[in-house]
Amino acid sequence: MTPGSGDEAILDISGLRVTFTGGPRPVRAVDGVDLKLWRGEVVALLGESGSGKSVTLRSILRLHPEKKTRIEGGIRVQDVDVLRLKGRALADFRGKRVSMIFQEPMLAMDPVYTVGRQITESIIKHENVSPDEARRRALTLFEQVRIPSPARRLDAYPHEMSGGMRQRAMIALALACNPQVLLADEPTTALDATVQVQILLLLRELQHQLGLSMIFVTHDISVGVEVADRIAVMYAGRIVEIGSVRDVIRSPRHPYTIGLMSTRPHGGRLLGNRLPAIPGSPPDLANLPPGCAFAPRCPHAGEVCGVSAPAPVEVSAGHWVRCVRTDLTAKA
Amino acid sequence: MSTAAEPLPAAAILRSPGYWVTVGRRFRRDPVAVIAALVVLALILMAVFAPWLAPHDPLQGMTLRRLKPPGTEGFPLGTDELGRDMLSRLIFGARISLFMGIVPVFVALAVGAAIGIVSGYAGGWTNTILMRTMDVFFAFPSVLLAVALAGALGPGIFNGMLALILVFIPPIARVAESVTTGVRTRDFVEAARASGAGALLIIRKHVLGNVLGPIFVYAMSLIAVSMILASGLSFLGLGVKPPQPDWGLMLNTLRTAMYSQPLLCALPGVMIFITSISFNIMTDGLRSAMDIKA
Repeated sequence: MTPGSGDEAILDISGLRVTFTGGPRPVRAVDGVDLKLWRGEVVALLGESGSGKSVTLRSILRLHPEKKTRIEGGIRVQDVDVLRLKGRALADFRGKRVSMIFQEPMLAMDPVYTVGRQITESIIKHENVSPDEARRRALTLFEQVRIPSPARRLDAYPHEMSGGMRQRAMIALALACNPQVLLADEPTTALDATVQVQILLLLRELQHQLGLSMIFVTHDISVGVEVADRIAVMYAGRIVEIGSVRDVIRSPRHPYTIGLMSTRPHGGRLLGNRLPAIPGSPPDLANLPPGCAFAPRCPHAGEVCGVSAPAPVEVSAGHWVRCVRTDLTAKA
Repeated sequence: MSTAAEPLPAAAILRSPGYWVTVGRRFRRDPVAVIAALVVLALILMAVFAPWLAPHDPLQGMTLRRLKPPGTEGFPLGTDELGRDMLSRLIFGARISLFMGIVPVFVALAVGAAIGIVSGYAGGWTNTILMRTMDVFFAFPSVLLAVALAGALGPGIFNGMLALILVFIPPIARVAESVTTGVRTRDFVEAARASGAGALLIIRKHVLGNVLGPIFVYAMSLIAVSMILASGLSFLGLGVKPPQPDWGLMLNTLRTAMYSQPLLCALPGVMIFITSISFNIMTDGLRSAMDIKA
């Protein structure tokens, strides 16, 4: 499904379905996601709110409340079957093999402990090293994420840092135990524009340096383009289009992706023209149409679209689209 | 930016001062709280060394010298309605009053916090069962509950204390539960889970760390209440029994002298007031010292 990389996928999600059963009606937030993440690759999961991108990400760490969530399908991280992990094994897996960068670092760090302490604790939890050694490593991490005067900052509480610095600390925390897969849940959304760019550059640099594999969730196309090797566009719990950044951006084939691209305030748009918008609104996940979920909003929709959910079609090498009418979306 | 290559200075590896060291340093910056803490310390020392400090036997009275005003020779704070030395009785009274103020609250703190944190963290049915049970106790006015319990258990210091413990568990559990529920849904708990922390570690580090401060401060404010409740029990004959010196009991028995010796009658009340306000101010200082976000 992807060019290059001869070895096997480091993360393999197959047929993932996530259903929340807590409410009055079960809600299927993720409905059959297949995704392979190769070693050293960054995949951006792109989609609007409620498209299932964050839910997919959280499933990889099994962060959903166990009792109110049904997860079906398979998630493997190399030889680990994530959905089979229990108790200790799950706790050891989290943070060590796969770790996560949260959207709001202020909320994701415990306000009553210093940042350094939170990092050293994670290291000690997973690797059984002495506190001094853990602190030494935390210091190295702080230098890696380029926090100025790192030794002093280790003893700072989260509220004593600026937004950008907190997110750097959050990245350091996520990298503390040398995870193989890094999950980033909109890590730049809570930051202001200039800091966003710095954090993105840092993430990309660290990813190159450490050979990390990364899934990057965002609703900002330009952020996705900035960091990713491949882009997967999600809609109503499914990946509707996946391919290299170049393919997806230059020649999107799913009507939804095409719609997204045309809504960007970009290029030679004439002053005074309205931005095009995709008509309608995302479907109710508790009440999905039988066929293609995008059909009610799709300009190319025909009768076939309402029959069954379209299977993925490979339109070019490694570029898959879940649409039956790709013939209509090809560039003239 | 290029410091990574250089060897790290040894000082950089040194670990930061611990949490309590920081709290201590911040506490010392608040002079009023420090004075209050010193008063509390003095009261505790007074209670401990009562036999060496008291000029007279607190139990030995003489009808000839009843209700002498403060300043009488040999009795600097006067004598009570049975002619016992007030100073000695106030000094000895600190023992029972402080004991009845502090011990029930701390026992209730341990039990109530445990109940509250467990039900707050577990949620669901566990929460419902535990907290509704607490609500049953909570529904009674605390004085009435203490009186009823002490009455049912029979008089005596121990039973009085037990009654006070049972009275203080529900409010502490309630506070602990609400703070825990607030903390449990915070992002950093999920972040801790995402980095591999188990339920126990999360409770011990993240829940306790965020919850203990508010509960502790709340419990400290109950110490004064506990002292006053204990004196109420003593007055009804359910706690401390005469002739043992207890501030609450003294306040109540000296009531009869309110018009002849108002100053005398106020003395035990003054002691209760000083003790409770010192505890409150000290707690307040401790709370702002513990709140590192401020």
